[in-house]
Amino acid sequence: MATTAFEPLISAAWGKPNSWKLDEYKKRGGYKGLEKALEMAPAQIIDEVKKSNLRGRGGAGFPTGLKWSFVPKDSPKPKYLAVNGDESEPGTFKDRYILEHDPHMMLEGIAIASYALGVHTCYVYLRGEFKFQAERTNAAIREAYAAGIFGKKVLGKDYQLDCYVVRGAGAYICGEETALLESLEGKKGWPRLKPPFPAVVGLFGSPTVVNNVETLASVPHIFTRGPAWYAGLGTDKSGGTRLVCLSGTVNRPGVYEVPLEATFNQLIFDDKYGRGLPAGRKVKAVIPGGSSAPILSPDELDVAMEFEAVKVKQTMAGSGGVIVMDDTTCMVRSLWRVARFYAEESCGQCTPCREGTPWQTRLLRKLEEGRGEPGDVEILSNVASSIAPYPPIGLGNTICALGDAAALPTHSFLMRFRDEFEAHIREHRCPFGDKPWGAFGDWS
Amino acid sequence: MAEPLFTPEEQKKFDAEIAEILSHYPADRKSAAMLPALRLLQELKGWLPPEGLKLVASRLGVTPERAYEVASFYVMYHLKKPGKYVVDVCTNLSCALWGAEKMLAYLEQKLGLKAGEANERFTLRETECLASCGTAPCLQINEDHHESLTKAKLDAIFDKLS
Repeated sequence: MATTAFEPLISAAWGKPNSWKLDEYKKRGGYKGLEKALEMAPAQIIDEVKKSNLRGRGGAGFPTGLKWSFVPKDSPKPKYLAVNGDESEPGTFKDRYILEHDPHMMLEGIAIASYALGVHTCYVYLRGEFKFQAERTNAAIREAYAAGIFGKKVLGKDYQLDCYVVRGAGAYICGEETALLESLEGKKGWPRLKPPFPAVVGLFGSPTVVNNVETLASVPHIFTRGPAWYAGLGTDKSGGTRLVCLSGTVNRPGVYEVPLEATFNQLIFDDKYGRGLPAGRKVKAVIPGGSSAPILSPDELDVAMEFEAVKVKQTMAGSGGVIVMDDTTCMVRSLWRVARFYAEESCGQCTPCREGTPWQTRLLRKLEEGRGEPGDVEILSNVASSIAPYPPIGLGNTICALGDAAALPTHSFLMRFRDEFEAHIREHRCPFGDKPWGAFGDWS
Repeated sequence: MAEPLFTPEEQKKFDAEIAEILSHYPADRKSAAMLPALRLLQELKGWLPPEGLKLVASRLGVTPERAYEVASFYVMYHLKKPGKYVVDVCTNLSCALWGAEKMLAYLEQKLGLKAGEANERFTLRETECLASCGTAPCLQINEDHHESLTKAKLDAIFDKLS
């Protein structure tokens, strides 16, 4: 239970004039957290992060302090920090707002993390399409160098830190932490087998921490306000606040910072957030955490959007991407769109994923176009199981979790909407005709 | 004689920026600069011509095959010369729920191209999520992003293209 009153931390300055500039950030108390952290011993910083209950905001929700503590202290090799800004999963679009509106908050987190970990070089890996966001981040980095935050000394302390932006070139897989490291090494993004984990053998074979943009932007608040205060904002196992991305059929899609106790129902219907669905529409299904997360039905939306609570529902809070589908939506076409994504983005390294993801896509297209035959639904289910069985959620038959991510939506859509898939075969057409998404926007 | 890859100005820019990029990596890890180096080449030439891939490979101390392997893995690199404007339309779920499929059909008609086709002026592609799910539907023209698109907005954007 939260013991600290909720207030927005990450999004507080969004929309304010020049919120991305160093001067404005400093006026808001920016870089005070770094000043405090620099007075502490590195081990103490990691302890404070552990006490704060900060969990990674990239999707897996792993405790951040614990991740930092896995980096060997006595390694003779240089250590690296890699920032994961490769946000690419359908439904997820929060990190770009941090990069656009408040990049210094992330840079302060980078400086604190680097000092705690003994890192002298940080690479901020942004997805290739984030041109504007990369320009803004680079401008903030230049300001930080000029102000003595990065460079030969960090705020006057005898500690050198360099920070560079690297843009990807259009590959979702590079958001997977080991594929990201391969890409940073100038290669195609093929995920590595784990273990060894990046904390021990990461970039250039050296110990490396990979943290999401939002995770690092959360770090300064732990030091300005204290870990107990930060932990008090959240739930027992998860501190702070959370950015959630709301999209799909709602009146007011967007990125909202919410208390971890907030429920999906509140996010979708509250005036502060989504303001419900357009007149006459009802919720049919909700994807709770990016396109890979198994769907929830309308009667399951009173659950909190927090890692542990969502897990109870056999799905995941993931990267905070909530997609609402209304009752005019064809679930076969929706799953086809999602399946296409994973087929396009599979790196091709593991056979089940390379072969299974296009197979899923072909079957779904066949069903949606009214060419389905009896037995196709069973084949679809088998193909998904061959990529990753369900349950449990966990690594399936592939090196990385992209295989899981591709199979989970198929399992969950079939479990909840099997009738709709069968109807496509029975009727030799899509029951929703040429309006599988209803009429929305002015494109109908 | 084959035309030189770069004009003298381009060569100067390439040399200066490659040196800057390489300074971001350990001296024995020059090959790590592959993605930014390919991006630089594409900025200068509009695509990645074979002789350009060879040049990048030699500066990074790797084989041209290695440069090709990386270039062919990522969708943003053009191994063939694209149209003047590369139009990437997101049709993934959040955008589709806001009419992206119809928007693409409208654009196909407007440009006289099917998704996946190209002419000298336009390359039209269906693309995967562009992280604009809250401002759907969206598309990208070269590297510029356009969100919350309506017919009027789309027409206005294309009318302005030279």
